[in-house]
This record gives sequence, C-alpha cells and structure tokens, in this order.
Amino acid sequence: MDTNVLFIFILAVFVGFEVISKVPSMLHTPLMSGTNAIHGIILFGGILVLADAATPLARILGFVAVVFGSANVFGGFMVTDRMLQMFKKKKK
Amino acid sequence: MSSTIALIFIGVAVLFIIGIKFLSSPKTARYGNLVAAFGMLVALIALHKTTGDYVWSQGWNLNYTLIAVGTVLGLIIGAIGAYSVKMTAMPQMVAMFNGLGGGAAALVASLEFLRRAQGQEDVTAAITIPMLFATLIGSLSFSGSIIAYLKLEGKFEKPHTFPGQNFLNGLILLVILGLCGWLTFNATGGNAVTAFIVMFSLAVFFGIAMVMPIGGADMPVVISLLNSFTGLAVAADGFAINNLAMVVAGTLVGSSGTLLTLLMCKAMNRPVTNVLFGAFGSGGGGTVAAGGVAGTVKPIQADEAALLLAYAQRVVVVPGYGMAVAQAQHQVRELSDELGKRGVEVQFAIHPVAGRMPGHMNVLLAEANVPYDQLQEMEAINPSMDRVDVCLVIGANDVVNPAAREEKSSPIYGMPIIEADHAKTVIVMKRSMAKGFAGIENHLFYKDNTRMLFGDAKASLQALVAQVKAS
Repeated sequence: MDTNVLFIFILAVFVGFEVISKVPSMLHTPLMSGTNAIHGIILFGGILVLADAATPLARILGFVAVVFGSANVFGGFMVTDRMLQMFKKKKK
Repeated sequence: MSSTIALIFIGVAVLFIIGIKFLSSPKTARYGNLVAAFGMLVALIALHKTTGDYVWSQGWNLNYTLIAVGTVLGLIIGAIGAYSVKMTAMPQMVAMFNGLGGGAAALVASLEFLRRAQGQEDVTAAITIPMLFATLIGSLSFSGSIIAYLKLEGKFEKPHTFPGQNFLNGLILLVILGLCGWLTFNATGGNAVTAFIVMFSLAVFFGIAMVMPIGGADMPVVISLLNSFTGLAVAADGFAINNLAMVVAGTLVGSSGTLLTLLMCKAMNRPVTNVLFGAFGSGGGGTVAAGGVAGTVKPIQADEAALLLAYAQRVVVVPGYGMAVAQAQHQVRELSDELGKRGVEVQFAIHPVAGRMPGHMNVLLAEANVPYDQLQEMEAINPSMDRVDVCLVIGANDVVNPAAREEKSSPIYGMPIIEADHAKTVIVMKRSMAKGFAGIENHLFYKDNTRMLFGDAKASLQALVAQVKAS
C-alpha cells in the first residue's frame, strides 16, 4: 500500500472532525443526510469493479453494487436538498 | 496517476470539504449540498481505473451497458424515494440510503476479494485488510440500517432482548474477527472463498443482531453510527482498489459521522456504549420511577388555553414527535403568526433530540415556514424560562420531564431537558396519558402550573387558532 494514501487518510480524519465541530443541532439531520450522500461515491467503486467484471456472477454482484451506490448518491443529495430548501428566511 | 488527474482529484476533495463546511450553517447549507454534489459529478467525469486508464474512453461492451442501466435504475429508485417520502419519514429514508451504500461497499470489496482469491496476482495483507474491513463494516451497516428503517417504520419497534444476548453477539463477532484474521494470511484458493462467504453472511447477521436489541428511540444514534461505518467501509474500498477520491470522501464521512454520533449521545447525556449495549428503551429500568408521582392531572379546554395564550407576553412552544405524527407543523406556524399579530413574543424551544432525529423538529418547522431565528436551542432558552408566561408543549414528553433533574432513580436522570416547568403556566397538548419513548411517568404533567389539553394535536391547534382570532 502506498504510504501517501495512509497520509491522506489520517489528514482526512482530522479534517472531518474539525469541519463539523461547530454545527448547530438544527442542522444535524441535514448534515447526516448530506454526508450520507457523499459516501455514495461508492458508486464509482461499483463502476470500476463492474467495468472489469469477467464472470456472470461478478456482473450480477457488480450490477447490484452500481444500483445500490447510484440510489445512495442520487437519493442522498436529493433528499438533503429537499430538507434544506425549507430553511428559508421568512419574507416580510 | 498523471498530474492532471491529481489536480482534479485535489479539486474534488476541496469541494467535498467546502460542501460539509457549508452544510454546518443554516444560511449556506443548501449551497453546501450542491457543492458536494458538484464535486461528485466532477469525480465521476474524471473517473480512472487503477491502471491509469480513463474509464469512459474504452470500447463499449456489456459491462458498460450494465453500468449505464444500473446507474439509471439507482437514480430512479433514489429520486422516487427522495421526493415521495413524507417529511416525518426523513430519518427512515436516510437509513435506507445509508444501508444501500453499505451494501454497495460490501459488494465492491467482495468482488475485489473473490477476483484476487482466484487470480494470479500477489495478495498482501496490506490489500487484504482493507477489503475484509470494507466487507465486514459494509455488510453490517447494510443489514443494521434495514432493521433501523423497519424500527422507525413502526415494525418491531420494541427492543428484542434475551439473556446472554451481548455474550452471543460477542461470540459471533469473535468468530468474524477470527475468520478475518485467518483470511488476512490465507487469501487465495477455495478455502479462502468459503471462509469469506461464511464471514460475509455472519457480518450481515451481526448487523441485525446488533440493532435488534436497541429501542426505536435510539435509532437516530444508530443511523448516525452506521452512516459513519459506511463512510469507513467506502474509505477501505478506496484503499483496496486504489481510488483516492473514495478514501477522502469515505474518511470525511467516517470521522464527521463519528463526531456527530458522539454529539447526539452527549445531548441525551448517555455514553454511546449505553445506547448500543444497554437495551434502554425496553422500559425494564423505567418502571422504577412509575410509582411516586405527587399531584393530580388538570385538564384544560381549548377556549381557556386560547385566552391564556392570547394575553401572554411571551410564549415558548416545545415541539416533539407528537407534532410530527399529527402533521401539525402548519397549524403551529398559524398559531404562532396569530399570536405574533397580537404582539405576543413567540419562540420555539428545540431540544437536541426532540423527534426521531436531531434537527428533526427544525426541518418540520422550516417546512411550515417558521423563520429559523425564532427557533432557540435548549441552552439558549433555559435561563429565561422563568420569565415565560405560557409554555406550550406539543407532543413532546421525555425532553421536558423534570424527573431528569429531580429523581435520581429515573433512567433519564441527568439528561438535559427544556425546563418547561419553570414557565408560569404550562399547557401540554397530548393525545392521552401514554408514556414517552423512555417509558416513564412524566412529572411535568402533575405539576401545579401544568394544564393538559387532550386530543389530536392538529385538531386542538385548529381550535386554538380559531379561539385566538376570536378573542
């Protein structure tokens, strides 16, 4: 394993902690939902393994992974946007 | 990795970080989500294989058709889920999407593992460990999230426990870890495939066994934890298939999700171990406080309650899950507007864990166009509660229970609460005298300054609005 990747991993751990340390509780649900959408990047993992799939079993499992990942990423961003579009200031 | 790809990748990482940062402030939250989504799009367009080949420039074959069909299918499922779900059911939807992500992470790792187990490539522990980790965490996040979804939907909401459960779960976990340990150094051949499939199945089962004993009230914490689990599984997948974007995105979610989980537990004044292994929502420990509540319950009618509200100077509304169930957020806003017109100062006191998920009440009230500067967090409002004329509790229970302050034997003792009982008058809107999630008596209902307004929250609020208009 590339030690650079490990280095990036450690830095990302600290950034992740730091970046949400001052979030008001009213935004906990949208934040959870938004980060949930970000781990939908697993769709790319699905695409990469399916692109190289050589057996029928690998194609079936890879296909399921792509569907799951796609639902995670698209649904995640959409549901978060739907929550957040309600946080509007009252029009006077 | 060529330097162009490296630059694009750095841009994607920055977009994700800015996205999460923007998501932490109400003014910028919506842009934050869009920024993160844009980052995802850039990463998709720039997607490269481990070998450095650009994914989208290769000859089109069956696999690419499957990718296109699968992505569109997922898009449709996600869109239907995201736009058809009721605002009250948001937490379930997040759990479901998270479960799908976990499942995808487990499948990606499994495919990579099986390919290597049967192939000729060198398999080192440095590559096996992330694959095993992603499979284990991803699959338990998958099954655990589905159980959390079902619990929030009201299926087997009660915790399921039996003697020796923690012991049995520990045993399963030990077997899983043992198999992982063995597989780390024996990752090729038929035995490895068999052991891997057994490990995968046990991990799926473990996810179920882990969440089943936890009560419905604790599901938000569980979902947040599983969300960070999925993030870590995705990061491990990134290690295994050498994709930096996945490592960064997964790790950001893993660490911010862990922090969010701890913040939620802190708001309930319970250590995270207690949530996961305590089987608290069972009511087993809750019966202790049931007996000795002094005082009587005093009902009130809508017309009298309306008078109290209309001639108050300062009113604080404490919403809870009951408001969400009754879909009464629009009526709450109407009442608040009516009172505002009469010069009454109206504020909303939001307990960090009111509803089924932190921020749940904020989302619902925002949907009803309540301006967010009218929403106050618990710490901000408590010091001035004794200058409040009327505190209107709508379908909230445990988060206003003074037992958390007064009764040492109570299971919620020490949990921070909104000090509704300090207001001059408390009006509690409730369907019945049923107990809250914690399954304990609420001392607030028996206080001298408390009046109970029984009935469906929506109907009662409509009556209140009409009466306030008339008076």
